[in-house]
Amino acid sequence: MIKCSHLHSCAFQVQHGTCNGGLYSRPFKESFEETPMLVAVFTYLGYGILTIFGYLRDFLRDWKIEKCHIAREREEQKDFVPLYQDFENFYTRNLYMRIRDNWNRPICSVPGAKVDIVERVSHNYNWTFDYTGKVVKEVINMGSYNYLGFAENTGPCAEAAAEVTMKYGVGVSSTRQEMGNCSRHEELEKLVARFLGVESAMAFGMGFATNSMNIPALAGKGCLILSDELNHASLVLGARLSGSTIRVFKHNNMQSLEKLLKEAIAHGQPRSRRPWKKILILVEGIYSMEGSIVRLPEVIALKKKYKAYLYLDEAHSIGALGPRGRGVVDYFGLDPNDVDVMMGTFTKSFGAAGGYIGGRKELMDYLRTHSHSAVYATSMSLPVVEQIITSMKCIVGEDGTTVGRDRVQQLAANTTYFRKHLQDMGFIIYGNHDSPVVPLMLYMPAKIGAFGREMLQRNIAVVVVGFPATPIIESRARFCVSAAHTKAMLDTALGAISEVGDLLQLKYSRHRIVPSLDRAFDETTYEETEE
Amino acid sequence: KMASGQQWVLVEMVQAFYEAPAYHLILEGILILWIIRLLFSKTYKLQERSDLTEKEKEELIEEWQPEPLVPPVSKDHPSLNYDPNTKLNLSIVCGLPTSHKIVVNGKECINFASFNFLGLLDNERVKKRALSSLKKYGVGTCGPRGFYGTFDVHLELEDRLAKFMRTEEAIIYSYGFATIASAIPAYSKRGDIVFVDEAACFAIQKGLQASRSFIKYFKHNDMEDLERLLKDQEVEDQKNPRKARVIRRFIVVEGLYINTGDICPLPELVKLKYRYKVRIFLEESLSFGVLGDHGRGVTEHFGVNIDDIDLISANMENALASIGGFCCGRSFVIDHQRLSGQGYCFSASLPPMLAAAAIEALNIMEEDPEIFTILREKCSCVHRALQGIPGLKVVGESFTPALHLQLETSTGSRDSDMKTLRTIVEYCMNRRVALTQARYLDKEEKFLPPPTIRVVVTVEQTDEEINMAASLIREAALAILK
Repeated sequence: MIKCSHLHSCAFQVQHGTCNGGLYSRPFKESFEETPMLVAVFTYLGYGILTIFGYLRDFLRDWKIEKCHIAREREEQKDFVPLYQDFENFYTRNLYMRIRDNWNRPICSVPGAKVDIVERVSHNYNWTFDYTGKVVKEVINMGSYNYLGFAENTGPCAEAAAEVTMKYGVGVSSTRQEMGNCSRHEELEKLVARFLGVESAMAFGMGFATNSMNIPALAGKGCLILSDELNHASLVLGARLSGSTIRVFKHNNMQSLEKLLKEAIAHGQPRSRRPWKKILILVEGIYSMEGSIVRLPEVIALKKKYKAYLYLDEAHSIGALGPRGRGVVDYFGLDPNDVDVMMGTFTKSFGAAGGYIGGRKELMDYLRTHSHSAVYATSMSLPVVEQIITSMKCIVGEDGTTVGRDRVQQLAANTTYFRKHLQDMGFIIYGNHDSPVVPLMLYMPAKIGAFGREMLQRNIAVVVVGFPATPIIESRARFCVSAAHTKAMLDTALGAISEVGDLLQLKYSRHRIVPSLDRAFDETTYEETEE
Repeated sequence: KMASGQQWVLVEMVQAFYEAPAYHLILEGILILWIIRLLFSKTYKLQERSDLTEKEKEELIEEWQPEPLVPPVSKDHPSLNYDPNTKLNLSIVCGLPTSHKIVVNGKECINFASFNFLGLLDNERVKKRALSSLKKYGVGTCGPRGFYGTFDVHLELEDRLAKFMRTEEAIIYSYGFATIASAIPAYSKRGDIVFVDEAACFAIQKGLQASRSFIKYFKHNDMEDLERLLKDQEVEDQKNPRKARVIRRFIVVEGLYINTGDICPLPELVKLKYRYKVRIFLEESLSFGVLGDHGRGVTEHFGVNIDDIDLISANMENALASIGGFCCGRSFVIDHQRLSGQGYCFSASLPPMLAAAAIEALNIMEEDPEIFTILREKCSCVHRALQGIPGLKVVGESFTPALHLQLETSTGSRDSDMKTLRTIVEYCMNRRVALTQARYLDKEEKFLPPPTIRVVVTVEQTDEEINMAASLIREAALAILK
């Protein structure tokens, strides 16, 4: 469970200027500072102590010395095979429970730049929560994925959605291929295709399901999927459900990807040596836990050289990157036709729900007929479709205002401002300098809980993440910068973060700038998973 | 003194050497030689890769041609809207989308195709409640449940669903398909055994595939077949009792099957559950809000204690006329999904206006339990009216709201059957009755159901409309199925 290799892979690296023969039209600045040795030691120590206490508490609970709040199996089913193994839930029972109040915080207002959080209190160390009935108002929201600020209950988007709600209702109750295909759905798809710059597009009701239902339609047995180490669970599930061979390359590491491609084509399928039917590369635009941006120019160059297909998941980067807000392809100034399958979600930058896939006409026709979602899943709700159409038109500028363009620029300015100040304060920040996802390293388990609670006391809502979403010693707090944040809000937030950082001693950075060197590539072998 | 001590030890050693039995010395000698050999032999790689030179690799890379990303799709595939002459391909709907009267390709028809059983899609109260929620929360939730995506509306809906179904807890998902497809892999892992009915819907099949467990199919609604499989498993268990103590077993069935329209024999299943110690997962998408005196589904219909069923999963897209799905059951079972249900943890939560619409729909269901009796009466009315159509047989129970019309004698080829049924559907659409064919992914289904026409009953259909539709279908069958 503890991946020691991750210590080595966190080499400090800042790349400046154009590298790789001028593929990049702009400087690509990413940094992942190495974990300080003392911090790593204390982190392991912390987890060790927690594990020991965990065993002690389990022992006390077993012997009924301590009161047990955990739900138990029914009396009538006591002799059934246990539903859960004890050790599976060890982490949940003994570590997660202690700091559980930092997650699942209920809110009761629009998830915009400021949010109202429902106050809850626990009298038995987080086993159960009671609602005090009070609401913490006007908390600065650094946790919701609201990059362009379209999560609002007033304005043209909300009004259009309201009109559609009263006219057409909320549900659809039929699938796209049966009776659920409305003209509005088709208009949405045409708009998405225009927005992305591709020939055709298709929209689905859930972003997660877009990946898990469409990757199996594109790849099958006899195909090879090359997936980034840190891909989202939906991409991993889609790849597994497809039945293809999956090989993992190191995060954003182009040498690792090239090595895999060479080996795959030269040696063919394992054991039978037949050539692969096709090779599909799965990458994301912005990786939400690292804040890194994919090296798209290099990936496209590799894909063209080795005749592979590229599947780009722009869940976080659509609307958030690029001078026109068209995502990571726009950010690098590349041609959208170079990416074979462009996928994204409407949840983050458009303030709605759902996902889309865009690409060539043949691809989309095939997906319209063979996607699991079109045949078996209910089509999108019409007010949601309306919200997406209005917000997308706003970003493009078709509604006649410059609101969209202003928001895109505001987001870029906010991102630069926020990141620069955090870095100057001395925190370790991961990721690309242009990504609106800002992970701030915490490392130690106790600081996860402490950071979340202290920030809420200062009226700032943050997201903290630990194992298993991140490697066990690299817990972090993740901020999502939004175009709706004003400079005053960012300043308040920065002040509070600095205060808490001093209180919890989080300013680990040693500001060691290393001259631009490529990350050292090691010859460790890839993992191969075959069904 | 030290030297003599050492010398003394050495003498002892040499003496032991002489006194040891011969076989002992020979064995030790062989072992030492073996170790030396292992130390000096070449490292053995598990996969012997033939060493290709760089030039050979370059040549192979040059020569390799991949398949196209997608195979070409024939232009007359029924789901594409290419041919302007065939009016039906993608039902383009404008105006009132999916309530009682819908506009299909420009013609206003009576809707016999959307799963709007309780007629709540067009209900004013539901719409108003959704609107007020929109004015308070906006549309999207901008985050998963764990990261400020939990709204008080979600908590209220979960609470109400749990109270309505009389279970301890309920959990909501933002997509109906993802509900059962995320619930099954959360409990059943590699090495566990799942007994599934052959007519299980596609979402269940995907959930099973994601779980990587052993899957054993039993014939549709055949309890003897299931018992035979369970007995075989018992025999297997006796051979290896230690392993049997950790393998979990599940039965997955649907309340009312979407593919065949009949009901599962729940009381027998519960008996089998206790006899063979298997847990039951019940999928109630079609029966929630339809069966039972208060609409609580198949458990109320049979009078089975709801605690006997480990997990009930349903989607809110049929009777509740919203979007999403929920699972309900005891806290011991449901709470696990909050950390290990993939569609719950890694996906944005349900938009609050849709949750509010579902709450209002629940209110309506609770206030007026008469609606379920009316729905069942209409179902049996439709069932009766469709009997005796020459060439078509009715598949489904008399109280099921979504029945199938299947060809009595198939021509032998699935394509021509589908074309025939399509002509019947078009005939009806042109005369203002909207029907649809049941759609499946031919290559992906484990047990592909035969081609059928889907007929859906809703409370809003009047007796005249039902009779009109039935006689129209009869006319179509007579005209086309000569």
